[in-house]
Amino acid sequence: MRQKNISKWFAGLAILLAAPLLVSAQQGESHIGKVTGHADSGRQLYFRYCWGCHGFRGDGSGENWLPTGGYPNTPNLNIQPRNFVAATFKCRSTPTGTLPTDQDIYNSLVRGLNNSNMPSWITLTSQNRADLIAFIKTLSERWKTEKAGAEIAVPAEPAPTVQGIQHGKELFTKLECWKCHGPEGRGDGPSASTLTDSNDQPIRPYNFAAGSRFKCGTTNHDLYKIFMTGLDGTPMPSFADVIKPEDAWDLVHYLRTLQVSHKSPELALWEGTKEGAEIVRAQKIRGTPTGSGVNQ
Amino acid sequence: MRMRNAFMASMVILSVSMMTPARPSGGTVSGKITYEGTPAKQKPIDMSKEPSCAKQYATPPTTETVVTGPNNALANVVVYISAGAPDEAAPSKAAVFTQKGCRYLPHVLALQVNQELNVLNEDQTSHNIHPLAKTNREWNKSQPPGSPPIVDKYDKPEMIAVKCNIHPWMHGTFAVLKNSHYSISGEDGSFALPNLPPGKYTVTAFQESYGDQSQEVTISGSETKTVSFTFKAKPY
Repeated sequence: MRQKNISKWFAGLAILLAAPLLVSAQQGESHIGKVTGHADSGRQLYFRYCWGCHGFRGDGSGENWLPTGGYPNTPNLNIQPRNFVAATFKCRSTPTGTLPTDQDIYNSLVRGLNNSNMPSWITLTSQNRADLIAFIKTLSERWKTEKAGAEIAVPAEPAPTVQGIQHGKELFTKLECWKCHGPEGRGDGPSASTLTDSNDQPIRPYNFAAGSRFKCGTTNHDLYKIFMTGLDGTPMPSFADVIKPEDAWDLVHYLRTLQVSHKSPELALWEGTKEGAEIVRAQKIRGTPTGSGVNQ
Repeated sequence: MRMRNAFMASMVILSVSMMTPARPSGGTVSGKITYEGTPAKQKPIDMSKEPSCAKQYATPPTTETVVTGPNNALANVVVYISAGAPDEAAPSKAAVFTQKGCRYLPHVLALQVNQELNVLNEDQTSHNIHPLAKTNREWNKSQPPGSPPIVDKYDKPEMIAVKCNIHPWMHGTFAVLKNSHYSISGEDGSFALPNLPPGKYTVTAFQESYGDQSQEVTISGSETKTVSFTFKAKPY
């Protein structure tokens, strides 16, 4: 009886001792599809390509970033580079307050961040990028104690309809998106000029009239994720608890019509209606948006 | 068999000790929070961009970065035992933070680690709740009028600045603390930390504009010790 108990104890002890070994084998790695990244290789790349902005410790205080002024001929990056120690990321497919997936960071590396000084790292190999992500994840304690959040569910996108766009327009008003993004989506709402990010740097809401790219992607699917997850570290909150998935697609389709300088099926559909054509024509009037010197 | 008996006995001891009521009395640390110098003049808030809130006030409310009372009293200061007391499990009652009239009620909310936090919106406008946590997780959620409460909790102690990006005058603090020995100074600057078992404690006072101060205090028996804090006020 006692003998049996003791052997059970030993088995338990062995599992307990082995568990940290199993975990440590996974720490220092990233997984993007079939590619496994390794932090040791990523470290070399980081100190070649990234540390100038993101800093020696990864806290976003590289010497290329200076809050005011700066060395001659050095760009002053208004938006502070990501602080990998705090590990608060804008572009995620996971709920607000959670860590992004490896794939989310990978997508940011491939795409770059629009309206910031973060370029697209398409020139690196996918293995390079995976290695960098593995290294970035060693810079914060958070990755040791937390897992990436569960990806939010994105239902299949329905075809855009005029009714849907009109409903999206109502949501834009009801949810007070215009308070920051402006009634026409030009980033000039009543609260726009007061916005600061979590580093206390001024930040401007997205101006839909200015182009086709968003901070975190270009597709309708990306747009859906942006407002459902929020852009952590910025004033853009998560609407996941507030917008029903079926309503969210209507809002996506309406937001597309605000991109008057970008051809899209939604814009074409909207311009085909009397109401939409009038609104779009008015929105195409060019001008200087307020606070145009401040980065988005 | 012997093992089992021992186990049962230990369970009995454990349950008895859990049934014993908390110590009815103990020492108390009480005192007053004051300031010296000239505190920043609190400005009336211009809520004209949010008429649904502005109309709730006959005269515009002022900012609350420094709230004072008569005789140099300093209100809204979190006083807590930062060392010497054991960490405590969270109480079952939720801490409630209400947005009303485009202000935070209370302006400073003290809660315990892992205690449920409920954020309510009683306004006719959307707010976004953006607690700027540094050691805890930073999140940012929209809460339109009529939304259910936002429920969350924090698993590490921290003084967290809270803001609403839509209404830039809205600022508050979540004081996430390790134990239930805390008090927020009232209009007269007074505070009391009762039911402290004998021991050596560090008492810390935190004010959102002036930072924190600490003092050591030793409690033996059911005495009341007076500890006072004075913050240096800056006019800007």
